[in-house]
Amino acid sequence: MTKSHIKVTINGKAVEALVAPRTLLIHFLREQQNLTGAHIGCDTGHCGACTVDMDDMSVKSCMTFAVQADGASITTIEGVANADGTLSALQEGFRMMHGLQCGYCTPGMILRAHRLLQETPNPTEEEIRYGIAGNLCRCTGYVNIVKAIQYAAAKINGTPFQEAAE
Amino acid sequence: MIPGTFEYHRPTTVESAVALLMQLGEDARPLAGGHSLIPLMKTRLAAPEHLVDLAAIEGLRRIEVVGDDVIIGAMTTQHSVIASALLAELVPILRETALVIADPQIRYKGTIGGNCANGDPGNDMPALMQCLGASYQLTGTGGSRQVPARDFYLGAYETALEPGEIVTEIRIPVPPAGHGYGYEKLKRKVGDYATAAAAVVITMAGGTCISASIGLTNVSETPLWASDSAGILVGSTLDAATVNAAVAAAEAITNPASDMRGPSEYRTKMAGIMLRRALDRARARATV
Repeated sequence: MTKSHIKVTINGKAVEALVAPRTLLIHFLREQQNLTGAHIGCDTGHCGACTVDMDDMSVKSCMTFAVQADGASITTIEGVANADGTLSALQEGFRMMHGLQCGYCTPGMILRAHRLLQETPNPTEEEIRYGIAGNLCRCTGYVNIVKAIQYAAAKINGTPFQEAAE
Repeated sequence: MIPGTFEYHRPTTVESAVALLMQLGEDARPLAGGHSLIPLMKTRLAAPEHLVDLAAIEGLRRIEVVGDDVIIGAMTTQHSVIASALLAELVPILRETALVIADPQIRYKGTIGGNCANGDPGNDMPALMQCLGASYQLTGTGGSRQVPARDFYLGAYETALEPGEIVTEIRIPVPPAGHGYGYEKLKRKVGDYATAAAAVVITMAGGTCISASIGLTNVSETPLWASDSAGILVGSTLDAATVNAAVAAAEAITNPASDMRGPSEYRTKMAGIMLRRALDRARARATV
């Protein structure tokens, strides 16, 4: 089968590559680009561990072919820290609020939350829960993930963070 | 899970897309959002030799009013449907329905045309399109034709699409100002297809229901337009006895499979409950 030549921008860096059409974006990122932050969880489109940001959309990269990303700009967890290497507001929120236990879902959670906060800078708890409904976490019960996103929103907005009542 | 091998095509016009599909025949499948097709390819339940990606065809992503109709390009995503102020104002039941489809990631990629054209009885838009009296523009190498959503679905994954044809746009007559609407969906969890769902659009005048239309999702091989049920409502004040009769008429046309979502009898009953709830909300929203 003919390989396709694709040009993508990944975490701000221009990348050109040859990919077989059946190569899924998650495999392209992990195996050809050595960006192993995005995870394969369920491999069926349910769990969201493979979520990356692509052209201002949260995308499940195990449900997308790399050829479909030709011309796109992609952000993975490797590209979300601040330019000086310090943690982004979301990364800091997940750390401060203990928004992870095993951490497997975290890259997908953070990429999804990143887009959610771009679209809804000051979300309610309900909006957060609806907004991350495509990302499954089997450890935390989501309470601290919600708090982590609220923490990040407050930090980005420069407003005081008030921990939600449990 | 890795799909089988295929050739990838990315035409930039409808004409070249349908020419490719016609030429490649049964070995080719059109690719829209891909979130129904790609999972099937990963499990090898589908193994097309060619994918014709419709993503680069600019003209298929648009939402506009033409005369008394809203036209939605087939490649318009569920996310765009939800974000559209125009649709929220003119046909708000579209937004209400799109909000209960799948999850955020899938709504960014999933398209209204794919949802309507796939023929999966679990898809939510088909019954809504039947409820709204929408029609689909099907385009092939010989040109375009309009097919009403109420005539489009022939069986599970069987539609009126001829070889080489694709759905290019959806035409929805704008419901009257002041209409009431509701889409109610019972599902086991976020992202699941409906155990049963109901779409209702009504108009009221002086406390009397003067028009009604009902669509039912995932309780038969095809979406169902419950015209007898809706007919019972028209001319009534939506009193309890009339609503009970309409619900019974809707339940009577369902034929759901017994599956992991529940036994057939349960799913039929849930279709009735979803209809009641959708009707309650439609009545509360209608200008009387």
